[in-house]
Amino acid sequence: MDLVFTEKEQAFRHQVRQFLRDNVSPQVQRKMIEGRHVSKEEMVTWWRILNKKGWNVSPWPKEYGGTGWSSVQHYIFREELQMYPAPTPLAFGVGMVGPVIYTFGNEAQKQYYLPRIANVDDWWCQGFSEPGAGSDLASLTTKAERRGDKWIINGQKTWTTLAQHADMIFCLCRTDSSAKKQMGISFIVFCLDSKGVTVRPIQTIDGGHEVNEVFFDDVEVSYENLIGEENKGWDYAKFLLGNERTGIARVGVSKERIRRIRELAATFESGGRPMIEDPMFREKLAISEIELKALELTQLRIVADEGKYGKGKSNPASSMLKIKGSQSQQTATELLMEMIGPFAAPYNEHPDSPDEAMDWIVQMAPSYFNNRKVSIYGGSDEIQRNIIAKAVLGL
Amino acid sequence: MDFNLSEEQRLLKESVDGLLTDVYAFDQRKKYLKEKGGWSRVVWSRFAQQGLLGLPFAEADGGFGGGGVETMILMEAFGRALVVEPYLATVVIGGGFLRHGGSNVQKAAHLPGIIDGSKTFGFAQLEKNSRYDLNDVTTFAKKSGDGWVIDGEKFVVLNGENADTLIVTVRTKGAQRDSSGIAVLLVPADARGISKKSYLTQDGLHAADVSFTSVEVARAAAIGDPENALPLVERVADDARAALCAEAVGLMDESLKATVDYMKTRKQFGVPIGSFQSLQHRAADMFVVLEQARSMSMYATMAADIDNAAERAKAVAAAKVQIGRSGKFIGQQSIQLHGGIGMTMAAKIGHYFKRLTMIEHTFGDADYHLRRVSETGVLA
Repeated sequence: MDLVFTEKEQAFRHQVRQFLRDNVSPQVQRKMIEGRHVSKEEMVTWWRILNKKGWNVSPWPKEYGGTGWSSVQHYIFREELQMYPAPTPLAFGVGMVGPVIYTFGNEAQKQYYLPRIANVDDWWCQGFSEPGAGSDLASLTTKAERRGDKWIINGQKTWTTLAQHADMIFCLCRTDSSAKKQMGISFIVFCLDSKGVTVRPIQTIDGGHEVNEVFFDDVEVSYENLIGEENKGWDYAKFLLGNERTGIARVGVSKERIRRIRELAATFESGGRPMIEDPMFREKLAISEIELKALELTQLRIVADEGKYGKGKSNPASSMLKIKGSQSQQTATELLMEMIGPFAAPYNEHPDSPDEAMDWIVQMAPSYFNNRKVSIYGGSDEIQRNIIAKAVLGL
Repeated sequence: MDFNLSEEQRLLKESVDGLLTDVYAFDQRKKYLKEKGGWSRVVWSRFAQQGLLGLPFAEADGGFGGGGVETMILMEAFGRALVVEPYLATVVIGGGFLRHGGSNVQKAAHLPGIIDGSKTFGFAQLEKNSRYDLNDVTTFAKKSGDGWVIDGEKFVVLNGENADTLIVTVRTKGAQRDSSGIAVLLVPADARGISKKSYLTQDGLHAADVSFTSVEVARAAAIGDPENALPLVERVADDARAALCAEAVGLMDESLKATVDYMKTRKQFGVPIGSFQSLQHRAADMFVVLEQARSMSMYATMAADIDNAAERAKAVAAAKVQIGRSGKFIGQQSIQLHGGIGMTMAAKIGHYFKRLTMIEHTFGDADYHLRRVSETGVLA
């Protein structure tokens, strides 16, 4: 047992860090530190730099452009991106649909989609949740009817993250209404500019536009856009969500926020002294650091065990990473809010505008409000507890 | 980064688990509690035979050269079985002082007795007003001719009733809370001027309040620098905290297992209570805080070997915070989920809860260590 990174792992960390220093635009870094909006162009430009280096789809198998890194290296890479901070690769493409395609897709699909995902030629979004299918995802009703060599798709998706940027959507659609609800679902991908697709923004409580409603009205999609087998979509969705879970603690994001809290707390005053000298504030910060350290080690333990669960199967204990990771992210934004005190009040009506003059403080309350989402999306805290109770404890 | 046990460590774990399965069933433990001093000489000699009492000592000193991980393995197993023998007081703390600060003469005089199981130790540190501060010492040792004369009172000395040797923190100079001017003395428990008041502790151990009235010991009784032994005390206390963290993880792990088993078998409203979602979520929360605690126990174990005192202290303190908070939640909820049965002395679950609670009250509770972490800043 040894809880320090080996020299080789350290050297890898330095290599990643140096690459970030040399290649991330300082403007993007500053925007991320201050919680400002990073534009689509800025993200895509950065991901293409990563792709040129061979790192945008790092977790994929080597034959599809992956790196063949160890699980610890993947962890380090992600943590360095989060702490620098720089945008992490687009989850919907790299973490979600990519692995489904290379695991269940046919040769033509692999050859066409995988390089495009790697180079972000297509921006992907996720068509899972529906107004009536949140935690109970399998009750989805968006329908895909087979008509000759086409699917005709009707229905509605919601909470579709960054659909306003997206070129492609991967969708869970009901293809057999007579089957038990998990059994009649298929995994279909298509262009968002297809006729009959309407994307409508949802404004969230932070004032921002991150998520959307997406409507399908007789959308015609080629039959070939089915991934894997008909009516097996639920299995692919479970595979996809399992893949997602190990990175979901976002320890690096919380580390960066805590670093920033420490930095700011040295200058922000309260009662005639810096916030960091306020015992109550300091103790709250200390407890969140301790929790985060515990989470980091727990994540590394689970990462180290990954091999044991077989391809595409994740350790059900990783559900706790989602719960504690959400808590860490939320607590950090809460502490930032607490620190700025009465200056939390001013609201910027155009949070997505790249207004450089805007004081970063104005982003703190929206960031706090926005981060309430993390314990809701990707399987809410309550769903994660269900998973632990059933799959870990056998209840 | 490596979370695996080595082959030797795995074998150690197997052999300890095997031994405790043989000799430490809950009913056997009840018998040990009734023996003189409240623990079993037979079990203790089995520990000696298996080399557990010599585990952390250098091979040159007759030990097995084990490190923090070996102690962690042992303490976790002891937690699972609710072991009451004085391993912490004797091997971790008594042995710790000798390992980290003892002269060759002191080691030669005391280690063989620890290792072969013939001698046990007690650590006389707590005072009326010291609470968890190790620097707060009023028991005074005055230089007198060729030795020291000790006067003062110490409280809740674990294994104090049975110990052959007491390790006593004393002030040799300065004021009550000064960091300098503290010595650590080896004192034979039967020295003239010592009087003891023994009692049971909440978790079934035995402790004593010990008063020293003009107790004379030799000059050579001091371990380390008699005017500046606080760093040594802190080092050994950190070893003890790390060991307690591991013991607590064993306790929490068993508590959760027992609770989940109970939830599967106990029926109400015609179904196992484990089918109720509110209880399932509680158990899931217990699992989450257990895993957080397990990670921090490992962190403390690795940190206890760090020589930089400030870094070591901060990491161990952080672990003790996590253990305290997790232990309280798991302990309390284990009782709650067991319902009335959990309230009875006859059921095992309450004994886990009580031991966890006493660990929280030993060498600093969660709030005490949280304050320390918050004062020293960033965790490495």
